[in-house]
Amino acid sequence: MALMTYAQAAVLAVRKEMEADPRVVVLGEDVGRGGIFGQYLGLQGQFGAERVIDTPISEAAIMGAGVGMALAGLRPVVEMRVVDFALCGMDEIVNQAAKNRYMFGGQGRVPLVARMCNGIWDASAAQHSQSLEAWFAHLPGVVVVCPSTPQDNYSLLRASMACGDPVIYMEHKTLWGLSGEVDPEVKIPLVKAQTLRKGGDLTLVSWSRQVAICEQACRELAQVGIEVDLIDLRTIWPWDREAVLASCGRTGHLLVVHEAVQAAGFGAELAATAAEETGCRVRRLGAPRIPVGYAPMLEAQSRIDADAVVKAAKGLVENRNLEKVHA
Amino acid sequence: MEEKRETLLALYRTMVRIRAFEDAAEAASQGGVSAYGKAADGSAKVRGPLHLSTGQEAVAAGVCAHLEPTDYLTSTHRGHGHTLAKGADLARMMAELFGKATGFNGGKGGSMHIADFSVGMLGANGVVAAGMPIAVGAAHAQKLQRRPGLTACFFGDGAINRGPFLESLNWAKVFQLPVLFVCEDNRWSATTASGPMTAGEGASARAAGFDIPSFTVDGNDVLAVHEAAGELVGRIRDGRGPHLLHAVTYRLKGHVSVDPAGYRDPAELAEALKDDPISRARAVCAAIGGEGADLSVLDAIAREATEEVRAAVAAADAAPWPQTSAAFTDVQTTGEGQWR
Repeated sequence: MALMTYAQAAVLAVRKEMEADPRVVVLGEDVGRGGIFGQYLGLQGQFGAERVIDTPISEAAIMGAGVGMALAGLRPVVEMRVVDFALCGMDEIVNQAAKNRYMFGGQGRVPLVARMCNGIWDASAAQHSQSLEAWFAHLPGVVVVCPSTPQDNYSLLRASMACGDPVIYMEHKTLWGLSGEVDPEVKIPLVKAQTLRKGGDLTLVSWSRQVAICEQACRELAQVGIEVDLIDLRTIWPWDREAVLASCGRTGHLLVVHEAVQAAGFGAELAATAAEETGCRVRRLGAPRIPVGYAPMLEAQSRIDADAVVKAAKGLVENRNLEKVHA
Repeated sequence: MEEKRETLLALYRTMVRIRAFEDAAEAASQGGVSAYGKAADGSAKVRGPLHLSTGQEAVAAGVCAHLEPTDYLTSTHRGHGHTLAKGADLARMMAELFGKATGFNGGKGGSMHIADFSVGMLGANGVVAAGMPIAVGAAHAQKLQRRPGLTACFFGDGAINRGPFLESLNWAKVFQLPVLFVCEDNRWSATTASGPMTAGEGASARAAGFDIPSFTVDGNDVLAVHEAAGELVGRIRDGRGPHLLHAVTYRLKGHVSVDPAGYRDPAELAEALKDDPISRARAVCAAIGGEGADLSVLDAIAREATEEVRAAVAAADAAPWPQTSAAFTDVQTTGEGQWR
């Protein structure tokens, strides 16, 4: 057990996998210097430039080379820097990595982890602040992971590197400095959600940075007598149906909160499934469908704060129509 | 002279096997896809878009003759020839075109996704230039793991106008990777002539910009392709980094098998037909003289290929369809323990 940041936890996870398996390599821009968030710090010094590979700014080639390396027997960790830049390698993710195993009839596997941090990066505006997990959840052939704590980042990154199929691994752009206890012996399987609070009135599902905001909202809701089952989904696809649906069956109410744009966000999938399977009442809460702005008051329009979560939760439980949060 | 004759006969055999395969696939595909104003009629055995390499056989044959089983190959949407020349089983490829369970991909891929990983053929690709980054990644793995072998990366003239071409050439040179880039220039990008769409002098000139040595060759002269590829492969095996072969050939058929290519000048096609690589190989063989002058040897090779393809078509026709449950396998296996 040690106190470390979300970034340090990631470094430790990659280090342990690289020590255990010579087939693991890292490739991407600036990884030799530790990555722009320190998420590879010290690894090139330990493992050399052949295994921690600095690359040109060539996202298509980085991602595509990762696929080729994987087919040729390596287990690459592919760094995309931020999810917004992964869009330059989208054919390589969608048409190549995700399709390879199926399309070629299982002749090969693509055991790579594509790291692309997600979410609003303070004051970084529209091209560096997107939350695109729903895009990848929609894509057969990939696993999608969004860790919210240093422990989760450590354990889920290791689980992702052991997965054997492509994993879209989405850390959060502003969680890198978050400190927490990490036990290197703790294993967290993919797909397993974590229930952070138990309560009978409402199921609240969230992930990534938004989880901490939901925890704050839960404390406020408890003060007015609304007890919440708070679930950190952790793996977006495949998601933990058992945990979420069991909770919805108990509480009869599901609120999904995410930083991504609400329209066609992954919350819609959870809400629809929960309503179909359990008959529960549902609400989604995500960002308005606007690009993220630069000025603080513009950027704030895309954020979901605890007040908004409290308001949505009350509206759902008290069976009121939700007021327009972003009106 | 005898050695040249033996080489030519081997290359000829590869070419006529490809030609026979393409001709049979073409025949089986008519009415198989809704395109160019024609509807699919449901009767075709080979369905969907079928991109034929008819007329381009010398490039596949001449290059792949130098490849070993430990070498990798990535291909394009027009990849039957490369796949056969790399040593893949002809009958299993035909079965895949028929969508049958006995095909390389169990019917999950079809023509555009032909692959035979067992001979190092890492896949055709439905997206132009998309095989290129995969090729440099495979070569990167070969280099890192100190394995023998190189990666042959086929792409078309249209691919040089896509970003992954430039990213891949740069990458291969920066990391000094064992890659043979092969631009199989059939002069058409779908239904548009490539020339007016391409600035500058093409693939070799662009390679020069990356300090990648290249060689431009008459892609319908199988011995010339063979010789040039042999030289470049030798250099790559000596550790001298990536090289590029620009082989100029011609697409004798339409973009897909049901495309009548009415947009082409008939005179251009007539001229190209005179330059057919198989006819040229026969002429060279005759010119060599001696036993090679006896074209009955070549005829026997061609007959054998036709017979092999006929049997493959019959086998593909008779083979079982995949189980519908196969639609749900090999998507992904979530969880630990798959690789450790």
